[in-house]
Amino acid sequence: MTEEGPPRLGLTAEGWTRLLAPLAIGLAVLGLWEGITRWKGIPPYVLPGPVLIAETLVRDWAPLSASLLVTLKITALALLVAAALGLMLAVLFAQSRVVELSLFPYAVILQVTPIVAIAPLIIIWVDDITLSLLICAWIVAFFPILSNTTVGLNSTDHNLLDLFRLYRASRWQVLWRLRLPTAMPFFLAGLRISGGLALIGAIVAEFVAGTGGNASGLAYRILEAGFQLQIPRMFAALVLVSATGIAIFLMLSLISHLLLRRWHESALGRGERR
Amino acid sequence: MQAGEPSLVTLSGVAKRYLTGTLALRDVSLAIGAGEFLALLGPSGCGKSTLLRMIAGLTVPSQGRIAWPGGPPGARDIGFVFQEPTLMPWATALANVALPLELAGIPRREAEARAAEMLARVELKSFERAYPRALSGGMRMRVSIARALVTKPRLLLMDEPFAALDEITRFRLNNDLLDLWQAARFTVVFVTHSVFESVYLARRIAVMAARPGRITADLAIEEPYPRGEVFRTSAAYAAHCREVSLALEAAMAARAA
Ligand SMILES: Nc1ncnc2c1ncn2[C@@H]1O[C@H](COP(=O)(O)OP(=O)(O)OP(=O)(O)O)[C@@H](O)[C@H]1O
Ligand SMILES: [Mg+2]
Repeated sequence: MTEEGPPRLGLTAEGWTRLLAPLAIGLAVLGLWEGITRWKGIPPYVLPGPVLIAETLVRDWAPLSASLLVTLKITALALLVAAALGLMLAVLFAQSRVVELSLFPYAVILQVTPIVAIAPLIIIWVDDITLSLLICAWIVAFFPILSNTTVGLNSTDHNLLDLFRLYRASRWQVLWRLRLPTAMPFFLAGLRISGGLALIGAIVAEFVAGTGGNASGLAYRILEAGFQLQIPRMFAALVLVSATGIAIFLMLSLISHLLLRRWHESALGRGERR
Repeated sequence: MQAGEPSLVTLSGVAKRYLTGTLALRDVSLAIGAGEFLALLGPSGCGKSTLLRMIAGLTVPSQGRIAWPGGPPGARDIGFVFQEPTLMPWATALANVALPLELAGIPRREAEARAAEMLARVELKSFERAYPRALSGGMRMRVSIARALVTKPRLLLMDEPFAALDEITRFRLNNDLLDLWQAARFTVVFVTHSVFESVYLARRIAVMAARPGRITADLAIEEPYPRGEVFRTSAAYAAHCREVSLALEAAMAARAA
């Protein structure tokens, strides 16, 4: 790993700094943490060191990975439904001002009501536990996509709009060839926010539901480990949650970059911008 | 417009009042001949853009009539070039130029073939696959002109198309535009606030005054085409510029009165 970085990895010197600098800080903190727990003899049920957490992660990988899969499934599904419904609703809003004015306030209400407060109700009303978790995660995830895409659909260059009118483009052509491409960067920005929110929604709902058995996600592992005072395992589950959140964010950023890199300012390579 | 020449579009007693109450145009009558190169020259705010947009059908007049003696324009009969290149940033130069054809339902293959031909005409053959942000301002404007001409329109409307460009690029695009016009003989209505540009390009100049917008002078520039750098430095060019400047000054004075 040189400062320049091979071009095929697409990282410039600054790119490597952005990658390595936080990594170095992270390693330093972990080292300090491990050192303190050892020197001060802090018992693992109060604060386990990183090495113990890593060992626990490996030892308990079977149940933890099963839970990870459950949480991942709910998060991904919720995000997918949020993206599809958010996009569809935003398109509907763009087509009819009346629909937008009458429905948007309810989307806002859904957004501002804390999910912990509605989750118990949803879990009571919906028999299927997976479905109720999905609904909770979806509620949290869908608003950024809806509001961002709505702004995007209305951000069309008015001269381009005139040009489409001049050539007597149909409503459908305007939507498909002009409004949706304009909204794309906005939609993707919303998606990136929603990715993290979907995970948070899924975890919060799992906490509220407290489901056991084989349908249990990472949140339940955290609860369970807490009850059993298996603090290292609790941290291991926590590490998995964070890692999942980071992975989701990176993946959505990559998708966004690949889709926009050829034309949108936000995705310009650093070298090109200079 | 010379006597006896058939007119492409005729405006009679046209006025435009915007919802804000601004009277942008009052009692404008103008016959634009087929194949003509007409410049609309006037100070900022005199309604040049409004007039152009009304001819394009993008705004309706509040009063008066716009008639098309040869039949109303079809969806592909008018090309429009804005002051900004107004390209779709997510599409290549080729796709941008092909847009008007594709909107008209022409299959992509054929549309792109014709767009490629048009891009070659504006000397951008090797930039077909380039995205707008990889093009210079002058090149973007060429793409915009290619897009306006790809449908082979009867009428090309241009709203201060070169105002944002440097002088060298502007002179070059002026010549390119005249070449295209000479080759295809469409009608051009060219909005500008530059006396020099209007004299260099147009066969006829309508001078406008503001508040309310109206046409105060209609001058012919009887000079042969092709016009080149020789014309730009000739005594005749200077004389025309003086004449048009005076007309413009009179128009501004009329406004102040
Ligand atoms: N959409 C609109 N709504 C209200 N008023 C408008 C609108 N468009 C233009 N106007 C007003 O109409 C008048 C003429 O505007 P227009 O844009 O046609 O002028 P212009 O000659 O093209 O000016 P410029 O050289 O600055 O482009 C101005 O006073 C302007 O404020
Ligand atoms: Mg204007």
